Amino acid sequence: MSDLEALMRVLPMVGAEPAILDDMGTAHVVAQGHHILSRRTVSGLRVELEETPDALIGQIVVEAGVTIAQPIHMCFGLTHPTGVQQITIDVQVKAGAQARVLSHCLFPVAQAARHRMQAVMTISPGASLTYTEGHYHGLHGGMQVLPHATIKIGKGARYFSDFSLLSGSVGNLDIDYLVEVEEGGLAELSAKIFGHKSDHITLKESVILRGERSRSLIKTRVVLEGNACAEITGITEAHAKGARGHVDCMEIVQGRAHASAIPIVKVFHPEAKVTHEAAIGSVDKKELETLMARGLNPEQAVELIVSGMLR
Amino acid sequence: MPIPLLDIQGLTFEVDRHSILDRLDLVVQAGEIHALLGANGSGKTTLAYVLMGCEGYRPSAGRVRLDGTDLLPLKIHERAQLGLTLAWQEPARFEGVTVREYLSLGKPECDPEPALKGVGLDPGRYLTRRLDKALSGGERHRIELASVLSMKPKLAILDEPAAGIDMLSINHIIDIIRALKEDGGSVLLITHQEEVALIADRASQLCAGRMIFSGSPREAVDHFRGRTCVRCDGEVCGYVRP
Repeated sequence: MSDLEALMRVLPMVGAEPAILDDMGTAHVVAQGHHILSRRTVSGLRVELEETPDALIGQIVVEAGVTIAQPIHMCFGLTHPTGVQQITIDVQVKAGAQARVLSHCLFPVAQAARHRMQAVMTISPGASLTYTEGHYHGLHGGMQVLPHATIKIGKGARYFSDFSLLSGSVGNLDIDYLVEVEEGGLAELSAKIFGHKSDHITLKESVILRGERSRSLIKTRVVLEGNACAEITGITEAHAKGARGHVDCMEIVQGRAHASAIPIVKVFHPEAKVTHEAAIGSVDKKELETLMARGLNPEQAVELIVSGMLR
Repeated sequence: MPIPLLDIQGLTFEVDRHSILDRLDLVVQAGEIHALLGANGSGKTTLAYVLMGCEGYRPSAGRVRLDGTDLLPLKIHERAQLGLTLAWQEPARFEGVTVREYLSLGKPECDPEPALKGVGLDPGRYLTRRLDKALSGGERHRIELASVLSMKPKLAILDEPAAGIDMLSINHIIDIIRALKEDGGSVLLITHQEEVALIADRASQLCAGRMIFSGSPREAVDHFRGRTCVRCDGEVCGYVRP
């Protein structure tokens, strides 16, 4: 089986279909390690990626005023038990442009491997980017997954991100996002993670609301079982009049897993406001008993509560 | 004499040696709507939790039978599988779970639309909604009742089913309670609202964890409204005639 076939075979695990590669109207990049296996672009979109021995390096540019109708699919992965994938990428969404990126990170057999993404994203004034990153890992764990990004959101621009890692055991996951939001801009960061076995999860999301009336939401949902552990930090700083931020973190801990949640809110202007809520613990007793009173056994009830929370 | 659907004898539940339910007796017959009245703190909701088997609500004495089966050794879901269910006064919210899923719990083949229509909600608008904070209290209450309807229980304990429901919709709630009976079920109806209590076949009044009156709903409501508590003279429950 080729590397491309191996990656496409597990693509449905993150909710996408291999047929996207055949769609002439859908842009995509598929890379195994530091090798590009397939790519297509569409009008208004430039994808410039260079293969080097140590990394995939390049940029993705959505031209000013362009709306990319179909989501841009970026499939990155490793098809072998060991290996390294380093991606250094500069994403630019020019003024008034709109795009959706679906990033599929696929590591079906990885056992001692590393996937590192270093991204700089610039969302120019009036532009919008929706970035959805879905991970699929096999059952072995043992990976290091390091998505780090700096995102700059211009005047009146909008950025939505949704990170999910719901299948398999990852090993070590270390997410570090820094987001800066200018006047009237909006950032919504959502992360959903299910940790198993000995997974070690570190998630740090920092939002700096620099501009007037800038807004942000950090929403994190983490479920841990086995011996997994997680440290979740959501930071929001508000520096300007009318800036509004909210941090919402919920973690369910089962078995011998353990977790910490650290919401940090800082306000530097009297007319700014940042709020936070955080909850860690077992499954809510009332939710559990309500479902059991409808006839579900405890295992079925927990499964429904957890799957709902991770949607 | 038929076996009562619910037969409670000498039920006692204590917290820190203080009796919340005190040697309580109650019988609900099959096909009966039985209203339970009582002042705040008289033990109505505690009785509901003890009957359902909620965590921390294990009685210290007494017996409870549902259709002849001893309930007390059973877990919540085992009681539910026997045909008992509870609609909480403040229903839980579930992030991500849709109304459709909630109304089809454990029965994926079940059509949730009739139950939703039964509580006056448009399936087209509500089936894909999530049971989270975006629903109002009244909407969530109706969906709770719809989930009870869809379960077709032998005995539904409804704890203040009309709480938070707008005035114009009270009759709708009354219709739902009657529908449960018409479906062959029984209802233990905890309520403070006279117009809701009066649809019952029988009614009882609780005071400080004990049954102090049983009779027709009219008699029970009048008893509750018109007299100082006969058991404690108002010293325990604070219920005295104004």
